[in-house]
Amino acid sequence: MNGALAPTPLRDPQARRRATGLLIGVVVLWPMLVLAEFRPAALFESGNLQVMKGFLASFMPPSTSADFLGLLLQATLQTLAIATAGIALSFLLAVPLALAVTHALSVSRIGPGRGRWWGEGVRVVVRMVMALLRAVPEVVWALVFVRALGLGPGAGVLALAITYGGMLGKVYAEILESGDTRPARALLEAGSGRLAALFYGLVPGAAQELASYTVYRWECAVRASVVMGFVGAGGLGQLMDQSMKMLNGGEASTILLMFLLLVMLADLLSAALRRLLG
Amino acid sequence: MSLILHNVGLVHPNGQRALQGVSLVVGAGERVAVIGPSGAGKTSLLRVSGSSLRATEGRVEALAANPWQLSARGLRRLRSRIGVVHQAPPIPPRLRVITAVLAGRLGTWPMWKALASLAYPADIAGARDALLRLDLADRLFDRCDRLSGGQLQRVGIARVLYQRPDLVLADEPVSALDPALADAAVGELIAHSAATGATLVASLHAVDLALKWFPRIVGMRGGEVTFDLPAAQVSRAMLHELYATEGSVLPTQGNDPGALTLHKGDLKAGTNVVPLSRPGCR
Repeated sequence: MNGALAPTPLRDPQARRRATGLLIGVVVLWPMLVLAEFRPAALFESGNLQVMKGFLASFMPPSTSADFLGLLLQATLQTLAIATAGIALSFLLAVPLALAVTHALSVSRIGPGRGRWWGEGVRVVVRMVMALLRAVPEVVWALVFVRALGLGPGAGVLALAITYGGMLGKVYAEILESGDTRPARALLEAGSGRLAALFYGLVPGAAQELASYTVYRWECAVRASVVMGFVGAGGLGQLMDQSMKMLNGGEASTILLMFLLLVMLADLLSAALRRLLG
Repeated sequence: MSLILHNVGLVHPNGQRALQGVSLVVGAGERVAVIGPSGAGKTSLLRVSGSSLRATEGRVEALAANPWQLSARGLRRLRSRIGVVHQAPPIPPRLRVITAVLAGRLGTWPMWKALASLAYPADIAGARDALLRLDLADRLFDRCDRLSGGQLQRVGIARVLYQRPDLVLADEPVSALDPALADAAVGELIAHSAATGATLVASLHAVDLALKWFPRIVGMRGGEVTFDLPAAQVSRAMLHELYATEGSVLPTQGNDPGALTLHKGDLKAGTNVVPLSRPGCR
């Protein structure tokens, strides 16, 4: 159809581009390691080893007093509640944001048709809103809300909802774009609405990915609640803060063990969901 | 008129030209087969007609509307009246067959119905009827990843039958089917067109199928229409010229491709109006 073809060269035409990319990667990364004062050898200098050993030894043995375990259980439940409520709220925030932003559900790109630049404009703005939501770390949002709502889990929930809403929205949109987008496009080309195209065309292929990312974020929320606990947003973090301030390493290590359990729980949950959706 | 293409040209964003000066008028209820070697622009022609690609030059009118001048709502309504059978059925593997078929009416269903149908299928009988016509009713509740390529292609056809569009654009709709099934599937598309009065434009790789079922044949090559004739007037010589780049064997889907090979003498003047037919064809 396009007449005489140029003779195909017998070497990979992309080789040079790849080599350049690799070179740029090294050139950019090296100064970053220097800037970040990355000197792994320092870890193994005898003085530093002693200090770390002393610090870690203070964590042994984990505290198992009944009083503390009761407190721990209560704080764990609170943390789970903060993380779950926070993720649920951020999910509600993220779904419409992802819908607005993902190219896979753009009607105006088909053709391209009318309103294409308007659609692109909306996407850019929503993308910026999501960047704003997640650019401010959840601790900072927590500090803001602790001032407004007072000490307690409520501040943590709101902080998580906002930051994680931005993160989930961005990643959901990208997951939806990275799978096979032809089914959704075919539906849009047959006059289907965007929401219907999402559920009939994109979600069946992306459900596992979406579920495991959401559970992973829930796991992150559990961990983030520690940091927010330090600023008074309740849960395990607040307990950890108290234990550290009282220099009670045993309690701190019990709390860390609880974190390990929660992370493993998230793993199980994720695996179960993936199996269910697979 | 169901479809009007006037001097349509299409250049892809990468600069490759897919269509050039294509003019075609298809009346309501007409059935047209588009044939030609791969890369001839058959798919582009159908995509431009179905308002999924915008022509770079010329004018396209589908179901008496210029799709690109419609409002968003009008364009949606127009698209819901156009049914496209894709060569590779765009159906997520995890979808169940019934959901894949019911998706044909997403353009006309209100959103609540589309969402409710995911919880419980809204029209089991309708989906089964469409599948029955393609001999797949027993796979109604199977997942699409359990189907073979040919079965999935028939699910794609069933979706369009269930959609009940006014204009059917079928892009190599039976490329993954064996000859008997391909024949039956094309027959169903024809029967749908006859029963509902829907216009049917199908690109087909198998020349014999096109000649058997379609009263009008459009030959395409290099992005241009080379002939547009009643099937009876399509000669072997024209077909051989059309497929000259693909060797001396015409693409058919019968078990004896030899039946359509070029015989010396066919090209003699005067013999090129012999209608082409294969023994066994109707």
